[in-house]
Parts: sequence; C-alpha cells; structure tokens
Amino acid sequence: MSANLLAIFYLVSGVLFILALRGLSSPETSRQGNLYGIIGMALAIGVTVLSVGNFSTGFLYLILFLLIGGSIGAFIAFKIPMTAMPELVAGFHSLVGLAAVFVAISAFLNPNVFNLGMPGSIKIASLIEMSLGAAIGAITFTGSIIAFLKLRGLMSGSPITFFGQHYLNLLLGISLIGLIYFLCTTQSQNLFWSLIAISLLVGILLIIPIGGADMPVVISMLNSYSGWAAAGIGFTLENSALIITGALVGSSGAILSYIMCKGMNRSFFNVILGGWGATEESGKTSSKEQRPVKSGNSDDAAFLMKNASSVIIVPGYGMAVAQAQHALREMVDALKKNGVKVTYAIHPVAGRMPGHMNVLLAEANVPYDEVFELEEINNDFANCDVAYVIGANDVTNPVAKTDPQSPIYGMPILDVEKSKSVLFVKRSLSPGYAGIDNDLFYRDNTLMLFADAKKMTEDIIKSL
Amino acid sequence: MEIDPFIFRLSIFILSIFVGYYVVWSVTPSLHTPLMSVTNAISSVIIVGAIIAALAGNNINVFETSNIFGFLAILLAAVNIFGGFLVTQRMLAMYKKKKKEK
Repeated sequence: MSANLLAIFYLVSGVLFILALRGLSSPETSRQGNLYGIIGMALAIGVTVLSVGNFSTGFLYLILFLLIGGSIGAFIAFKIPMTAMPELVAGFHSLVGLAAVFVAISAFLNPNVFNLGMPGSIKIASLIEMSLGAAIGAITFTGSIIAFLKLRGLMSGSPITFFGQHYLNLLLGISLIGLIYFLCTTQSQNLFWSLIAISLLVGILLIIPIGGADMPVVISMLNSYSGWAAAGIGFTLENSALIITGALVGSSGAILSYIMCKGMNRSFFNVILGGWGATEESGKTSSKEQRPVKSGNSDDAAFLMKNASSVIIVPGYGMAVAQAQHALREMVDALKKNGVKVTYAIHPVAGRMPGHMNVLLAEANVPYDEVFELEEINNDFANCDVAYVIGANDVTNPVAKTDPQSPIYGMPILDVEKSKSVLFVKRSLSPGYAGIDNDLFYRDNTLMLFADAKKMTEDIIKSL
Repeated sequence: MEIDPFIFRLSIFILSIFVGYYVVWSVTPSLHTPLMSVTNAISSVIIVGAIIAALAGNNINVFETSNIFGFLAILLAAVNIFGGFLVTQRMLAMYKKKKKEK
C-alpha cells in the first residue's frame, strides 16, 4: 500500500472519530456515533497491518495479543457496575498513558522502523515529540492509577499534602524540560529512562493532593492528557489519525475540566494545587453553635410528596454510594401513579465524574427527558412543592449566594431552598466535602430524613 | 521553497483542536460520561504505533526489546479499545425516552 493511500485511510478514520463525538450531541444519534468510532478504529488497525505487510510469526502474536486484550476489555465492559464508572474510566486512562510510553520507548530503541533515523542519531524534532509523548503518557499513567485508587476507595480520598510540595513539583517540572534538552544534545539512553521515571513520579505527586470531590476535574484533566500524549506520539510517527484523535481527545478533556471548574466556581489551578484544604479550617470552626433542626420519618416524607403536585429530585454522590437509583425510580413511579409531576435536577459537579448522575439514572430506566441540567431547571424550584435531596449537599447550600466569606461563595447552586418544602436525606448533620455547614438544614421548610439514602427511599415507597 | 511536512501535521493538529472544541461543546451534558469513555476508546488508536513497533523490523527475531514494548502496547490498547467501545455501547443503550417505555 502506498504511503499516500495509507494517509488517506488514516484521514478517513480521523473523520469517523469526529463523527463519533458529534453523535453524542443527542442520545438518539449517539449509538450511531459509537458505531462510526468502531468502524474508524477497525479501519485504522486494518490498514496499518496491511501496510506493515508482515504476516510471519509476529502477525500471529499480534492476533493473540489483540484477542487477549480484547477479551479482558470486553469482560470488564460487561461486568462493571454503572456506579463504578468513574474508576473504570480512570483505569482506562492509565492504560492509554502506559501504551503511549511503550510506543515511545519502542520508537526510541528502534527508530529506523519509524523512519526517524538510527539509534544514537534520532532526528531532533522526533526526539522532542517522543519525549513529550512519553512524559505526558507517563504522567497520565501514574496520575490515573492514583485517581483510580482514590475512586475505588483503596486509598484515602482526602488530600495528601506535605511541606514544599509545590516547590518539589516545580523543581521536577523544570528538570523534565532540562532532561529533554540534554536528551536532544546527547541522545543518551539513560536520560530517556530518567525522563520517564521523573514523569511517573510527577503523575503521582500531581494527583495525591487532590480530594475526592474534585475528582470530576481530575478525571477530565487526565482524559485531556491521554489525548495530548497520543498526539505527541502521532507527531513522532507522522500519523494523521493519531494527531487528529489526540487533538480531539485533548480538547474534549480540557472542555470537560473547564465545565467542572465552572460548576464549582474555582479556577483550574486552584483545584490542581489542592486549594480547598487551606480554607477548610475557618469554615469548620465558625459554625459550631447548635441550631434547631426539624427531622422526620418516612411517613412524613411520603405524606408530603403524595399531596404535592410537583416534586424535584436532586441526586448527588450519596445516591451513588448507597446504590439508591433503582429504589428512587420505584418511588418516583409510585408518586406518578398518584398524579405527582416528578423531574430530576442535576448539578454539573454532582458525583465523581462528568455526567455520573445521568448514567446512574439512565441505568435505573429513568427517561432522559425527565432529567434536567442546572440552568434548565433552576427557575422551577420556586414553583415546586417538594424538593427531594438525595445524597447531594454542597451543591444545594444557599451560603454560596449569601456569604462572601464562604469558600464556596459564587459557586452556582441548585435553588432548592425556594421550593415549598425540602426533604433532605442524609445520614447525619455532618458537613459536606467543602467542610462547611449547609444552611439549608436549619430552614423552616426543611425536613431532615436521617437515614441511608436507599433505606429511606425504600421506606417511603412502603408508606406511599 | 519547500514547506516542511511538520508544518502540515501541525496544521492538522491545530485545526483538529478547533474541530474538537466545537464538537465537544455541542455534546449534551447528560452524555458526558459516555463522552469520556468513547474518547478513551478512540485515543487507543495509538495501537497503530504499537503495531508498527511490534511487527516492523527484522523478521528473524520476533522479540527484540523494541518489539516486546510494541506487543505490550498492543495488549494495553486492545483492552482499552474493546472495553471503551463496549462500555460506551452499554451505557448508551440505557438512555431511553419516555414514550418508549410508556
């Protein structure tokens, strides 16, 4: 196959990937889009194998490795529960990162295969590209592993900080640049290995200071990194499919990070540098006085909701933890039978990854046209009878609008307090991730339901 | 005067960033999780590089060090490709409209 024809095929698969993302603009077209993505991938793999034209022993191993990897991937994809989606995505990111590192290593050891020159005299431009690909890939790899461990609960979700952390990161960052420079002048293999080792370390250090509820930003950011790593390798291999895809994924992840940061009214750097840890102290101490709280049981809640004409459900991470989405959907069905209009309101940063709540509700068979984003539904709270807050906290805190001293001041929140009554399912009065008291607990129109989200929802179903 | 092919690749790269920017902004927020899993799957097109790394070169010794790294990368990317697309498919199949299930 001529190089030109090959390049055209790569271009076609790049376009198919664009269509795959384009399909996600609505759930109807999304399945078709995914199909385009699969075709694009099959095309890229197929033409590459043909162009290499090596059907000896190596080809058999290629098929073998594809089958093994494919079966593992397929097994995971079918077995994984929807609540575990954030850690799955983090895990997959780490694989892309590591694959990028491996390809870069291979290109460094045997550059003539890729027309990059001979070992020891690799073209400078290629060397820079592959160093960048390898470094970003390595950061993605270890960073995603840490994110995976935190999301999986195998590692504490609380931020890990130590003295001089930012300076250490800065130092390592500078040394990476230095290493790439010296690598280009000396072509030394040891420098290349050190580059990868330091990048692996940077990945770990970058993610450990970031807390659990900031994970939506972290996952999006690592998503973006995996794209840039792929693009870096794409430049090295002079492959347009990789360059296009890398750019798409890179900008996709960057946009998601931006949306998540905006949902918390924080700057990207504030999140990455672990900003909330410092303000946590003042928030905790200032709100120690005891205030009266109204609490109720499932019968009260069932009575209130049965007699309401409209109910808005506000799900949060607590719903995912309690696996309450199916019970919730049953409760809503029961309410609908009583003629109550029910909708769902989702905050951009609810859960542990972008769109986390939407997937869980979809899994519980909630039709997606009953689920609304913050801007779409926020005005409806004023006209709604009952807001049922299940597992969400900080995203409903009115303090974000009233108290300029509060660390979450300015964060867009769901105006839950405007509804006639608020049912707040929560295990205790403990503050949420931001470490601040939720003003909503003490309002006259709030009824606290102290229980596990799933248990309380099931009890309400019984009472209905 | 000839233009360096690098400039062409850079042009593709920059324009693709813009395409990505506009396409991703039009993705509905409720599909942000499938967006992440599908971008994950397509970024595994890095398997293209892995295949070249694994197969190209001499035919006598299949397992030179550089080939081994290629094969390992194929394995990792394959997990991602199959896992990524299938889990996306599984998620998207769950998004239903009201009328379908009455």
